[in-house]
Amino acid sequence: MTSLLGRDRSDRVYRRVLTGFALILPSLILIILGVLFFNALPALERFGPSFLWTSTWDPVAEVYGAAPMIFGTLASSMLALLIAVPLALSVAIFLTEFSPRWLRQPVAFLVELLAAIPSVVYGMWGIFVLIPFLRSYVVPPLKALFGWTPFLQGVFYGNSLLAGGVILAIMVVPYIAAVSREVLLAVPASQREAALAMGATRWEAVRSAVLPYGRAGLIGAIILGLGRALGETMAVTMVIGNRHDISLSLLQPAYTMAAAIANEFSEATTATYQSALMEVGLLLFVLTVTVNAIARILIWRVARGAAVGSKAL
Amino acid sequence: MSAFRRHLTSRVMTALVVVLSFTAVLALLLILGNLIAKGASSVDWAFFTQSPVPAGQSGGGVANAIVGTAVIVGLAALIGVPIGVGAGMYLAEYGGGRLGFLVRFIADVLNGTPSIVVGIVGWTFIVKPTSHFSALAGSVALAILMIPMLARTTEEMVRLVPNSLREAALALGYARWRTALKIVARTAMGGIVTGCLVGIARIAGETAPLLFTALGNLNFTLNVNQPMQTLSLQIYVYATGPFDEWHRLAWASALVLMGLVLVISLAARWVTRQRYGSIR
Repeated sequence: MTSLLGRDRSDRVYRRVLTGFALILPSLILIILGVLFFNALPALERFGPSFLWTSTWDPVAEVYGAAPMIFGTLASSMLALLIAVPLALSVAIFLTEFSPRWLRQPVAFLVELLAAIPSVVYGMWGIFVLIPFLRSYVVPPLKALFGWTPFLQGVFYGNSLLAGGVILAIMVVPYIAAVSREVLLAVPASQREAALAMGATRWEAVRSAVLPYGRAGLIGAIILGLGRALGETMAVTMVIGNRHDISLSLLQPAYTMAAAIANEFSEATTATYQSALMEVGLLLFVLTVTVNAIARILIWRVARGAAVGSKAL
Repeated sequence: MSAFRRHLTSRVMTALVVVLSFTAVLALLLILGNLIAKGASSVDWAFFTQSPVPAGQSGGGVANAIVGTAVIVGLAALIGVPIGVGAGMYLAEYGGGRLGFLVRFIADVLNGTPSIVVGIVGWTFIVKPTSHFSALAGSVALAILMIPMLARTTEEMVRLVPNSLREAALALGYARWRTALKIVARTAMGGIVTGCLVGIARIAGETAPLLFTALGNLNFTLNVNQPMQTLSLQIYVYATGPFDEWHRLAWASALVLMGLVLVISLAARWVTRQRYGSIR
């Protein structure tokens, strides 16, 4: 009996130790939130809610408003999704529905590798390859066709919302593709077979049976990609131009919240300046946590409990 | 709609899906191709063995950044791996209840946290109180980035262990903790190692959380209480700088960093194959 009791105790100790490790995760999220909140408190008190919609960012006069970065963050992420979603969904559909078996592994592996490229390498590639390419081959035809719209006004110098959006798009494709693929794999084969048996073509089976079944998960995958794009720092910082300005034109420089922290934090000498950047960080954290939480709930509804997308990380 | 039109639509959409898929793959091949074309010629012996020379001069290497990357990432792994794997074991073994659900959800949400925000945490707890930048603060930030990911992959891998193994050990009179450590963890070891390697590959390329923690350093140092250079920080400074010589070194550094990340990722795949060849 004593040995059994002793064993019981050692089991309890084991369980407690593991629980301790597990509890670190919820504490982490609280610590991050707490750190940002208390560091941002002076700015929160001084500027109030108007921080969100004023555009002055003047370290000399100590007046700060984050509207341009909030706009730039949302605009660059939306542009990225606009480009990335068709690509990523195509990859997922190709891999699950159309690809010959032998091609699946290599293509999936190559797309996963896209997620392994460090952000700063994307940024450098953006500066030296993507921007010259956009300048020579993309912007002139775009201007010729849509130059009259407000989205393509002004001269294209390189660092711009367009460059930031395109680089972000390439970066989020693997995340959206990996999660979408797992969502589509979770669609029961009977759904496809039923549609095909009714005489649907292959594309009709995908469009009318497979995609609707996985819709919540696919939307989750896209929102997850949005979360990534919102918080991405280095690559965007290196190509978006970093200007505190709101312009509808894709060709003009812009700013994002993450880029502002990366650029200005080490030169933020006054307490108010630092606190204002902390408030930007707080906004960014709350925004991405909310977006990710929504995405996860949607994905879990389809592929319950699985660490979906973990292979792309 | 006529049958002809329906089949035509199907063909066109299939072709579109194939073309768009290959566009995504093309982006990867382009980036890797550019890295090799522009970086390979600058990767020589001096590149690996020398520290940077003052701006404007030619020559020099990134030995300090390579060693710095190893030190900072190694230290981050020392902090992050036990916590992440422990939390993952909890999720797999006891994670059925409400706490398990909460931890799993938070791990997934934290996985998408902007790394720059985590850098602020490292700065607040280590740089601010000691009032100097340090490699240690960078390692702590990277460890925080690693933990949620490790927890989830460990959980997945431990769950792949067949229940019959657990039951056999328990039936032989093993305590739960011994079963977990001696039978389950050992069986899942390949998968757990893979998770750790993938996590290390991911943080090895991180830059944003190091900007105001490890900061960067032009000189060779092994002191984790001092600012330290990493390949990623070096690429950032050199790529955004004005000198051609810097751009050349940036491409070479990027090639080396990418090679490092690739080797670790491939090693991770190889370890999984060894253990899970039949399962995965």
